[in-house]
Amino acid sequence: MQVEGLRVDIPTPMGMLHAVRGVDLALEAGETLCLVGESGCGKSLSALALMGLLPRAARRSLSRFSFAGEDLQRAGERRMGDLRGNRIAMIFQEPMTSLNPSWSIGNQLEEGWLRHRGGSTALARERALHLLERVGITGATSRLGQYPHQLSGGLRQRVMIAMALMCEPALMIADEPTTALDVTVQAQILHLLKELQREFGMGLILITHDLGIVARVADRVAVMYAGEIVEQGPVARLFSHPSHPYTRGLLDCIPVPGRLAPGERLGTIPGVVSPPIGALHGCQFRNRCSEAEDACATRAFELRELSGGQRLRCRLAAT
Amino acid sequence: MLQYALKRAVLALLVALTVSLVCFLLVNLSTDVATAMAGEGATAETIDAIRTQYGFDRPLAVQYFEWLGRATLGNFGDSLYFRTPVAALVLQRMPTTMILGASALGFALALSIPLGVIAALKPNSWIDRLTLTIAVVGQAMPSFWFALLLMYLFGVTLQLLPISGGDTWLHFILPAIALGYYAAPAIMRLTRSGMLEVLESDYIRTARAKGLRNTSVLFKHALRNAVAPVVALAAVQLGFLLGGSVVIETIFALNGLGYLAWEAISHNDFPVVQAVVLLISLVYIVLTLLADIANAWLDPRIRIG
Ligand SMILES: Nc1ncnc2c1ncn2[C@@H]1O[C@H](COP(=O)(O)OP(=O)(O)OP(=O)(O)O)[C@@H](O)[C@H]1O
Ligand code: SF4
Ligand SMILES: [Mg+2]
Repeated sequence: MQVEGLRVDIPTPMGMLHAVRGVDLALEAGETLCLVGESGCGKSLSALALMGLLPRAARRSLSRFSFAGEDLQRAGERRMGDLRGNRIAMIFQEPMTSLNPSWSIGNQLEEGWLRHRGGSTALARERALHLLERVGITGATSRLGQYPHQLSGGLRQRVMIAMALMCEPALMIADEPTTALDVTVQAQILHLLKELQREFGMGLILITHDLGIVARVADRVAVMYAGEIVEQGPVARLFSHPSHPYTRGLLDCIPVPGRLAPGERLGTIPGVVSPPIGALHGCQFRNRCSEAEDACATRAFELRELSGGQRLRCRLAAT
Repeated sequence: MLQYALKRAVLALLVALTVSLVCFLLVNLSTDVATAMAGEGATAETIDAIRTQYGFDRPLAVQYFEWLGRATLGNFGDSLYFRTPVAALVLQRMPTTMILGASALGFALALSIPLGVIAALKPNSWIDRLTLTIAVVGQAMPSFWFALLLMYLFGVTLQLLPISGGDTWLHFILPAIALGYYAAPAIMRLTRSGMLEVLESDYIRTARAKGLRNTSVLFKHALRNAVAPVVALAAVQLGFLLGGSVVIETIFALNGLGYLAWEAISHNDFPVVQAVVLLISLVYIVLTLLADIANAWLDPRIRIG
């Protein structure tokens, strides 16, 4: 999959919100890309834009969008509908509300398969059963007839994962799949996702703001800030040589045993994100950046290639 | 589910008892029943004789339980005006009102649910504004006036439909529209807001993420959840429609319960008034009960505790 120049604009009462600006993403089969960044930086909107599931008010533009050799830049709703749930699947941040309360688990699992593959309900049921077992749900047969309210959050997220896997997608987008869950359940779900990815050979885009997760599962990382990718690269490289002041700030925020003297405060990034509304200029991070200079307020910085496949959008890359 | 239904049924029974008490007291406190029974120009002796003969001089509580006991068996006494048993009179008039109520509600639902859905699919479009206008006008216009308007247009000017009596189903079209139009706006607004809310929900996004076709997203996933509150509202509206049938039946000379109630009130025929009011209230209570149960059945969170 390859995306270039992805933009999402949303009209708001305060002016046009440029929620996603010029995001480029590339993903090989079987690879895991982690998209990280603070709440509200446009991670979910980027993912929804790829799925063609943006909210009604939002407008998307792209300079390139190819998937499995097919050009999807101008693909209409009909073509995207054929791909969604079939070749590209997504699981969401909110397992509690992402299942329809009025239909049984089995019914909701089967319908995607029936839509894309057709055939008998019995076959779809068999497939649903197989996947429920695969995602580690015990008593899968009886679960098929149950309704979402009878399941815990962790189970619902497992159901969502099974649902996404129904048609063996080539690409799975997981939008903070564990944020709403208990810490113990989080680890299980992540482990499961990673395992399934290997088994199915899927490309995985994992959205998170937990760098601990990134370190465990990512091949490559893209760091987003206020709608832009500010730094990206292979995970090892990014963790050993974080170059963007924002990435460094993020890394300082994770507690590392032994690195902190007892009583010493954990690093936090001071300040708040200003939403990218209206005409923008300069680096969006400058009001929180300790390295900001005059040039940062006026110049627009491109993503520049550093060594080792790392790319950086910052004044520091130019020098 | 069974437990839920039973609980509701017990509650409904209590409400019904309360209603019967109110119904009884309303008549007994507003008129002197012995005077009404004796008719106009009766002497004081006759009235007193009736009072003792029928036991109207006993405490109200005793009279109430006696009346309730008889009413439960379907005995409401004789009509003062028609001189026939009230029960027979009511039973004879009931089908007309039931047909009118059902067809009015049918018309209201057939008009308002599709319009509500369309309005929700294109919020703030011209069609949304049009339905809003219909709703506002509908709620503001008195039903008798709308009925007269329909009568004039389709009955008198275009001569398409009969405007008086209830001999054929054609006779029911105009009254059903006049009555049902009144219930449509509320159902339409509720459908619209329900659909708008549901369409924004996460599970609709999930349904679309599965690549489901629009019809499936709309009808299977959205409408089913959006109409649950409409079921309850429709039952309440049907109750209002039965009340409204007094006016509409009188205008269109439909010989139903509403017309009977009007006749009974104008002749001070209190046994009939009592029976009709009680019956309409009971129907209303049963409808609400059925709506509750239907709602529970539609929502697995209640159906399967
Ligand atoms: N439907 C919408 N209308 C208006 N603004 C929106 C809408 N959806 C998202 N936004 C705004 O777009 C920005 C990006 O939102 P997005 O959901 O992509 O953030 P995110 O990075 O996924 O955050 P989180 O970590 O909280 O999920 C936010 O500022 C948000 O307020
Ligand atoms: S461009 Fe300037 S303000 Fe922005 S991150 Fe780099 S140094 Fe900081
Ligand atoms: Mg998000």
